[in-house]
Amino acid sequence: MAYVAIADRDHHLHDPDTFITKYIWSQDHKVIAIQYGVVAIGVGLIALALSLLMRLQIGFPDLFSFMTPYNYYQYVTTHGMIMVIYLLTALFLGGFGNYLIPLMCGARDMVFPYMNMLSFWVYLLSVIVLIASFFVPGGATGAGWTLYPPQAILDGTPGSDWGIVLMLVSLAIFIVAFTMGGLNYVTTVLQARCRGMTLMRMPLSVWGIFVATILGLLAFPALFVAAIMMTLDRMIGTSFFMPALLALGETTDTTGGSPILFQHLFWFFGHPEVYIVALPAFGIVSDLLSTHARKNIFGYRMMVWAIVAIGALSFVVWAHHMYVSGMNPYFGFFFATTTLIIAVPTAIKVYNWVLTLWRGDIHLNLPMLWATGFIFTFIHGGLTGLFLGNVTVDLPLSDTYFVIGHFHMVMGVSPVMVLFGAIYHWFPKITGRMPNDVLGKIHFWMTFLGTYAIYLPMHYLGILGMPRRYYDYGQTDFIPDSALGVNQGITIAAIVVATAQLIFLFNVALSLWKGKRADSNPWRATTLEWQTPDTPPKHGNWGPKLPEVHRWAYDYSVPGDEADFIPQNHPIKPGEESLRVAGASRK
Amino acid sequence: MAQEGMNPAADALPPEGWRGIVDDWATDKQAFHVPWGKAMMWIFLLSDTFIFTTFLTGYMNVRMSTAVEWPNPSEVFALSIFGQPIPLILIAIMTFVLITSSGTMALAVNYGYRRDRYRAAALMFVTAAFGAIFVGMQAFEWTKLIEEGVRPWANPMGASQFGASFFKITGFHGLHVSAGVVYLAVGALKVLRGDYERRGGNYEIVEITGLYWHFVDLVWVFIFAFFYLW
Ligand code: HEM
Ligand SMILES: [Cu+2]
Repeated sequence: MAYVAIADRDHHLHDPDTFITKYIWSQDHKVIAIQYGVVAIGVGLIALALSLLMRLQIGFPDLFSFMTPYNYYQYVTTHGMIMVIYLLTALFLGGFGNYLIPLMCGARDMVFPYMNMLSFWVYLLSVIVLIASFFVPGGATGAGWTLYPPQAILDGTPGSDWGIVLMLVSLAIFIVAFTMGGLNYVTTVLQARCRGMTLMRMPLSVWGIFVATILGLLAFPALFVAAIMMTLDRMIGTSFFMPALLALGETTDTTGGSPILFQHLFWFFGHPEVYIVALPAFGIVSDLLSTHARKNIFGYRMMVWAIVAIGALSFVVWAHHMYVSGMNPYFGFFFATTTLIIAVPTAIKVYNWVLTLWRGDIHLNLPMLWATGFIFTFIHGGLTGLFLGNVTVDLPLSDTYFVIGHFHMVMGVSPVMVLFGAIYHWFPKITGRMPNDVLGKIHFWMTFLGTYAIYLPMHYLGILGMPRRYYDYGQTDFIPDSALGVNQGITIAAIVVATAQLIFLFNVALSLWKGKRADSNPWRATTLEWQTPDTPPKHGNWGPKLPEVHRWAYDYSVPGDEADFIPQNHPIKPGEESLRVAGASRK
Repeated sequence: MAQEGMNPAADALPPEGWRGIVDDWATDKQAFHVPWGKAMMWIFLLSDTFIFTTFLTGYMNVRMSTAVEWPNPSEVFALSIFGQPIPLILIAIMTFVLITSSGTMALAVNYGYRRDRYRAAALMFVTAAFGAIFVGMQAFEWTKLIEEGVRPWANPMGASQFGASFFKITGFHGLHVSAGVVYLAVGALKVLRGDYERRGGNYEIVEITGLYWHFVDLVWVFIFAFFYLW
């Protein structure tokens, strides 16, 4: 077929020659990945700074005179939105998706490089619109990252004049960007793998990113539609989400809309979104664990099917975020059940990770530290999720710091752990230099212990009943004075964790500048991206000839083999038992 | 063709039933034996289906939850012809036009397969023209409703969500049709100019455009059913 021939040909891509075509308007998936990564980490730092401001306010309420409750709401909202969408989604899919999919699948690039490039620039636009919302009259929206109407667009909520509109527009733009990138990722995985790379031989990183992208393509539409409808409500006065209301002593001229409809649309997107950031993390962590424990991943097929099952189930659990909104008890029962069912494939994955480590030849280097750290934080976050999945337990805990602690553990810290592991793991391939080990280890221990110091006490505060999204707690009967002490401790831990991230940035800069040169496969890994002729890989990735795959991605410590790993592109040796050659078994 | 991109075991007979389907999907290189552009269009349309489904469920939800009565569509969408109000006549014509355009599109795809570029281009232009007529009639319908006082935020005949949903959904669909008209026209020009002759006479672009166009028509059928007939 013609298009296959194109992919095989050496010069199907015009090699860029000027600085601009090479690094700025680049269509090379690796450059686009780095662009995504840099922008995402950049906005992530803003979100981190906002979280510190909030923490300082909660721990030391009289410290800042400039921060009003109005600002606090804006910070909460922007922090949450950036972290979930503009940092994690963009970095996992736009960053690692772009970098890893073609390299791990043995393709020269994404199938439509031009559209891939556009995806990044449109993403950048969405970030600019988001940041701009801080500078318009009234400032950014303070509706909370869930943006629930009616309050999101009523007077009295911060940013109800322009902030909310810019937020919705920015989200819509982000979705356009994501769609352009996402179509590329999915099509590349489905249609452009190299010879021998069957679906069941793909590394789990690719599986995670692939299924997450599909979730994104099916879940973001709901947010898109909700954003359009809310923009119409705000701008031209339709009443999709707006019932007749008495607000600030005046009746609004809206009638008959349904605020609950927004919640359904938002969470139909919002819950899969959790898995959009979790599935790539699941996939990547599997590869890190296997590589650095020098052992094949335990239960590869089970891992693949667990990813697919979690992805499918994630579409039928959304209303567990709405138990307090009120619903028919049968619905509550249904959603509680599906939520608990999703724990099954998730638990299978956790067991398999632990079993992969079991009696492995564990190298506690940087990527491995982060990967094992992830197992801890994820189990903790997952366990509290089981509490919140049950209607009766959730009702008193909802909207307290217990929830804050839960979701930061499960979808904040855990994916971030994997991200750092992944950055340290692929740093040598991306830059050609090794990251500094000592700085990396300091970074890890400060972050890992620090996040526990931050989030474990929050569960306790939540059980005391401390509500979330509060600027100040004042005098209350049910929150003892000692809670302030706990809050101060949490804030100090947050400052420590934030400092650790500066060490990370310093490490990146230092290693780029002076780091030890990396050879092409420093971790002695099996997957294709480590087998490129050049490091960092050149435009077109593979030199004159595409690789050919003969085995699955996990041939570590194969008995009877002198090296403890066999790359995927090494032919099967005579006498190798066919058991390990997964995917070839049907021959 | 067949020896490219197949799994190494392609010379063996493919297994039957589910096993065969699974094997087919899991082959190396390609899960579906279609061009990249076509695969991508399918995935895009799947995503777009979710957009329209959400629009329609959102609309049904507000229609059921609103406190004010919903206007009767067959009265609202009636046209007076010779003093006789005929319910849904304009929509019927619009639907007919759009479905006819699907027919001409299918013919264009057929001629594309045969590499008859003049006929294919001509039929694409005809399809685009039908699309433009559809959009024109929609503009007429919007004008009529606006003259009768229907607005996205208010509606003299009942629930304000009627106007809001109507303008939003038909507007979003109309944008899709308009985009399709441009897409078809540009595609037809390129076909006519012989751009694809130079690429080895590969006219799959006609088929990809066709996929999009049929999708837009299909969505209209649902809008028609849920908005006008309910
Ligand atoms: C050092 C790291 C972090 C700290 C100190 C931190 C701190 C906070 C604080 C203080 C709040 C507001 C609590 C309230 O008043 O209700 C918050 C909310 C939130 N955070 Fe973080 N956070 C961190 C990292 C993250 C990450 C990585 C994510 C990614 C998922 C995240 C997602 C959110 C979300 C979604 C909210 C809810 C916003 C809302 O209520 O609308 N955070 N965080
Ligand atoms: Cu959820």
